[in-house]
Amino acid sequence: MKLFAKYRILLPVVSLAVLLAATFYMQPRAMSYFGLNLLFNLAVPIALATIAQMMIIMVNDIDLSLGAFVSLVACVTATFLNDSPMLGVLILLALVLCYAALGAVIHALDLPAIVVTLGMSFVWGGLALFILPSPGGASPGWLRALMTVKPPYIPMAVCASVIIAVVTHLLIIRSGIGTVLRGVGGNDRSVQRAGWPVVRLKALAYGLAGLFGVFAGMALVGLTTSADANIALRYTLLSIAGVILGGGEFTGGKVSPVGAVIGALTLTLAASFLSFLRLSPDWQIGAQGAILILVLTARLLFTRRDAQA
Amino acid sequence: MTKTMMLLGAAGLAMAAGGAFADTSGKRIALSNNYAGNSWRQAMLQTFEEVGAQAVDEGVVAAADAYTTSENQATEQAAQIQNMILQGYDAIILNAASPTALNGAVEEACNAGVTVVSFDGIVTAPCAWRIAVDFKAMGKEQVEYLASRLPEGGNLLEIRGLAGVFVDDEIHAGIEEGVAENDQFEIVGSVHGDWAQDVAQKAVAGVLPSLPDVVGVVTQGGDGYGAAQAFKAAGRDTPLIVLGNRQDEMQWWAEQRDANGYETMSLSIAPGVASLAFWVAQQILDGAEVPKDLTVPFLKVTQDTLDEALETTPEGSVANTVYSLDDAKAVISEAM
Repeated sequence: MKLFAKYRILLPVVSLAVLLAATFYMQPRAMSYFGLNLLFNLAVPIALATIAQMMIIMVNDIDLSLGAFVSLVACVTATFLNDSPMLGVLILLALVLCYAALGAVIHALDLPAIVVTLGMSFVWGGLALFILPSPGGASPGWLRALMTVKPPYIPMAVCASVIIAVVTHLLIIRSGIGTVLRGVGGNDRSVQRAGWPVVRLKALAYGLAGLFGVFAGMALVGLTTSADANIALRYTLLSIAGVILGGGEFTGGKVSPVGAVIGALTLTLAASFLSFLRLSPDWQIGAQGAILILVLTARLLFTRRDAQA
Repeated sequence: MTKTMMLLGAAGLAMAAGGAFADTSGKRIALSNNYAGNSWRQAMLQTFEEVGAQAVDEGVVAAADAYTTSENQATEQAAQIQNMILQGYDAIILNAASPTALNGAVEEACNAGVTVVSFDGIVTAPCAWRIAVDFKAMGKEQVEYLASRLPEGGNLLEIRGLAGVFVDDEIHAGIEEGVAENDQFEIVGSVHGDWAQDVAQKAVAGVLPSLPDVVGVVTQGGDGYGAAQAFKAAGRDTPLIVLGNRQDEMQWWAEQRDANGYETMSLSIAPGVASLAFWVAQQILDGAEVPKDLTVPFLKVTQDTLDEALETTPEGSVANTVYSLDDAKAVISEAM
């Protein structure tokens, strides 16, 4: 069983495949172009948010404000980006820079990220309510068109997931800067001794998280056609669960972008599967948690066994 | 024109002329609900299940299934609606977590040929039907009632619902409008009670020490009893509190009435509106022509009807009306 330890990605893939097979068995209608798209299109923004969270977990921090941030981006997208695109782009850029600055501040002052991001979640939430006090706004036409595009043979949701996974894999695992970023999470002192400016690296990691957070919010608005100040609050926990489910670890440096995307898809699918099972809603949250624990237990068992061998 | 098309055309004419003819016994209807954590929603789900089960037994529809999302989030409900499309339901009746954030999923459903009827928490997608309560009028009526009881006016305390939810905005707008027209009243304090007694009690208790004398309390339902308890705990006189049809509120009202002749009124939307939505969806599947926007009257309990309402409302629940097929037809024809 060395296989699972050697290829960290294997377990998430197997979990997704098993769940997908079970879903197809329960609901054969899902096994179609149309069905797959319906099943997975709402996973695209979750996958982007999970990648954002992964950037933070990669540098050994955690982001509790992501859901509120994605909600804020959704509100900006449905209002400013739609009405005056230039201003909208500027605001979104400013938000990304805010995230980068946050990373620099957290490192420079040696603050606990969990506290700073928790605090920021209220700032983002307040701004979102300020921009959009009551639900509304409209998705820019091009964004709606992008999210509902029907490419031949492979549904949009699957295409987008593959693209996100490949791009972030190249960026984080293959590129030089990605390796250094993972190094910051693994051991920031040695990275610093090697002559890298850790403050700037952390700012870069947070900036990337902000960028993917912005993408997540925009994708979400493209799907829902309008926004709501509370639209993505669930993304905070979903994204953390997605990273861990996809083979990442809280200790920093050990992340897998492909796994994170698969983790996000698995979480989305788990919810649909439970709904197809007609499980009472009182049990659904528990069952979702049980699936999560099951996968994590499997991982722990395999790593333990390999450690002994 | 082929023969089938002519036949279809003829069938269409027949439908338009003689009402509904299509058979709905093979149709399946699903309820998408975003929240089940208070007495109102519990009563709503129960009403839907009763009416749905009876309709299935009588062969009116093939299935009437209720689904509730495990968390009250628009993204979850959007996924739930998309799952319902996959499950092949013919109609979805919907109490929405957000009037706008589900529009994408609702459009997917419409494109797949699914009839979507939203009620209570309605959606703005143009292809969906809406059964709305005039929440604004509900807010305004409270102030008008207060004006009739307290012509000399005074200070009011407003208890609002859940921030950011449009029902809260609407009722609040109605109250504002009412106060603007009856300028003898002034709103001196406003708190969020989240439509729950315990939250309302805490919020009111927190703000009371800073308030001058309050003659009336305008509410949104589910918060009146908590407000009364807070006033009592603070040692203040109980003001005129407009209630929201909850059993505990009406129980308290009846006790006060027997003890000291307390008089007020109570109004809210009946959770049975789910049964109305069910019959409207059935009518649409049946081929009836139904306008996209329907209005349902709110349920009012007055001093005279209090005992009756209290008797028919189970403990911990909320005053209810179950709508029948004929009620649905009446609401539809009214909107034509």
